[in-house]
Amino acid sequence: MGWHGKILRVDLSKGTCKAEDLNQEWARNYLGQRGLATKYLCEETDPKVDPLSPDNKLIFATGPLTGSMASTGGRYSVITKGPLTNCIACSNSGGYWGAELKFAGWDMVILEGKSKKPVYLFISDDEATLMPADDLWGKSVWETEPTIKARLQDPQIRVTSIGRAGENGVLYAGIINDLHRAAGRSGVGAVMGSKNLKAIAVRGTKGDKPHDPKAFMEATVAGKKVLAENAVTGQGLPTYGTQVLMNVINEIGAMPTRNWREVQFDGAAAISGEAMHEPRKSDGKANLVTNQACFGCTIACGRISKIDEEHFTVKTKPEYWHASGGVEYEAAWALGSDTGIDDLEALTYANYLCNEDGFDPISFGATVAAAMELYEMGAITDKDTGGIELKFGSVEALTTLTELTAKGEGFGKEIGLGSKRLCEKYGHPDLSMTVKGQEFPAYDARGIQGMGLTYATSNRGACHLRSYTVASEVMGIPEKTDPLVTDGKAGLVMAFQDATAVVDSSGLCVFVTFAWSMEDIAPQIQAACEGDWSVENLLLTGERIWNLERKYNLSAGMTAKDDTLPKRLLKEAAKTGPAKGKVNDLGKMLPEYYELRGWTTEGVPTNETLDRLAL
Amino acid sequence: MKITLKLFALLGRYLPKDATGNEAVLDLAEGTTAGEALHHVGVPGDLAHLVLVNGVYLAPSERSGKVLTEGDALAAWPPVAGG
Repeated sequence: MGWHGKILRVDLSKGTCKAEDLNQEWARNYLGQRGLATKYLCEETDPKVDPLSPDNKLIFATGPLTGSMASTGGRYSVITKGPLTNCIACSNSGGYWGAELKFAGWDMVILEGKSKKPVYLFISDDEATLMPADDLWGKSVWETEPTIKARLQDPQIRVTSIGRAGENGVLYAGIINDLHRAAGRSGVGAVMGSKNLKAIAVRGTKGDKPHDPKAFMEATVAGKKVLAENAVTGQGLPTYGTQVLMNVINEIGAMPTRNWREVQFDGAAAISGEAMHEPRKSDGKANLVTNQACFGCTIACGRISKIDEEHFTVKTKPEYWHASGGVEYEAAWALGSDTGIDDLEALTYANYLCNEDGFDPISFGATVAAAMELYEMGAITDKDTGGIELKFGSVEALTTLTELTAKGEGFGKEIGLGSKRLCEKYGHPDLSMTVKGQEFPAYDARGIQGMGLTYATSNRGACHLRSYTVASEVMGIPEKTDPLVTDGKAGLVMAFQDATAVVDSSGLCVFVTFAWSMEDIAPQIQAACEGDWSVENLLLTGERIWNLERKYNLSAGMTAKDDTLPKRLLKEAAKTGPAKGKVNDLGKMLPEYYELRGWTTEGVPTNETLDRLAL
Repeated sequence: MKITLKLFALLGRYLPKDATGNEAVLDLAEGTTAGEALHHVGVPGDLAHLVLVNGVYLAPSERSGKVLTEGDALAAWPPVAGG
């Protein structure tokens, strides 16, 4: 069946939980998870809604392969209007929570309104109950999750929750499940906090049954064989995780450094995936303890780290001596290279705090980097920071601000609003390295041209996970393209965007695409779901989802003027490396992209395009 | 002719003993190509998936023809990806 055909609607204002039939026509047109929940959001809310008002809705959605035997089939997404960007927000997480929701018999949960008092939602198969959470408010994710499990006397319950960042209105607060898996970007946790919803705890015992079990078994076994035999998904990612990119991206001169002033970081090696394997001089142990898989995943790229107990950040804090989620490439970049810090233990500590209290290390690190540049030029003073010397490379500044942002105290309150608002307040909006208000990830668009178009057109603000052309431009997957040229990049970006929308709507992890083509994915969806899920129809579905998100953003007030990049990337040339002398040539790519998309020169889908996509 | 060899991830095992971190300086004969330099330290050709000279990508078909020059940085990785 793929879908259970059932959604849970929770009215937090009234305190009610109701089961509804899933709209099967929408499921056939939007597949699940990202696409299907976006359809519900578009139909049920005004795109101009204040993201932090009770009128906004928050949707937790699974895909048809979530909770199935498909490799990586454990993903869920949180869809809402985001407070960081005022655009659609869609954040995807792994771990085990999504599969548990599916096992309980639900395809998605729609939360609306606002509770008068803090509550958490407990779902046990068909039963859904709102429970008081007054005593959990003010607690971290790491306190909330075990407390709920103990209170409900079931260690097998899965919990997704917000920490203090979500409660305190950090505009890039995330939602954390399984202690360190995150629906991390765009501030979905702030929306959850605005509704006085602390957590959703789930226990499911129903399992999952595909439409054609025999065909599904055959298709998923074939898919796992491809992943195992592929050198990237079978060896590279399990061994080094995403962090293997630190040296790659630095070497090609696309490593954003010190708020994107530079494109190469001399401390990259010290915070790389290779460094995580090296025994520390202090205690002879490596930062990396092991790798870890999410539900059903046969890649297992996750990093589990342990901080040196003698490191100054944790020396008197034994509560941080345990193994937990280590830095991924994006976190290591934002907390490290972007702030000019090459202390792996400090980055791991900051990353722990981001998980513990639920905020996005990308946006946080990038905002600290912007603040450091403002401080060094004198726009921010010691009076503003409360005495914190905010210089690039200052480990103390980073870790202190991480603690303050988690708690919503001092200068941490300003850091919690993101770099766009920070740079505007202090008179230098051009220094905010954002698109549509969301901070960039770890690829400099002067050295990887396609990523400039990816960022400018991403429906949720600057993001690498909407169109990862790095795969092609740097790694040669599925085929190598030149990162320094713009020719062909409009089509490449569009193809990546549509294919990624499919994967994000299926319940799979986007990392399968390092080994799987759509020809590997389609048979698995086809066997799981009723209907036509040919490659052709899947890609049309992906294009439909992309255009639906675009329509939502245009209705929310976004225009083509928002499809741009900060002046630094368009006017200030890279100073070193292969991209030396280059800026991002967005102006060459964007018109072609609009044309390929079937949009007007103002970036609006034409009626012909909308008709073709049944929008 | 001296060049800097950088071998990352699982290719790190092919670094010379005097390597620092993931880097080593190689003293090679004039005219040595990128492919020959990798072969010199024992890197199997099929494991060198991503090869860069001074940060610029070198396709497999170009490795035997790319003559290195003094001060070049030759870097190689097995198949890797991230995100």
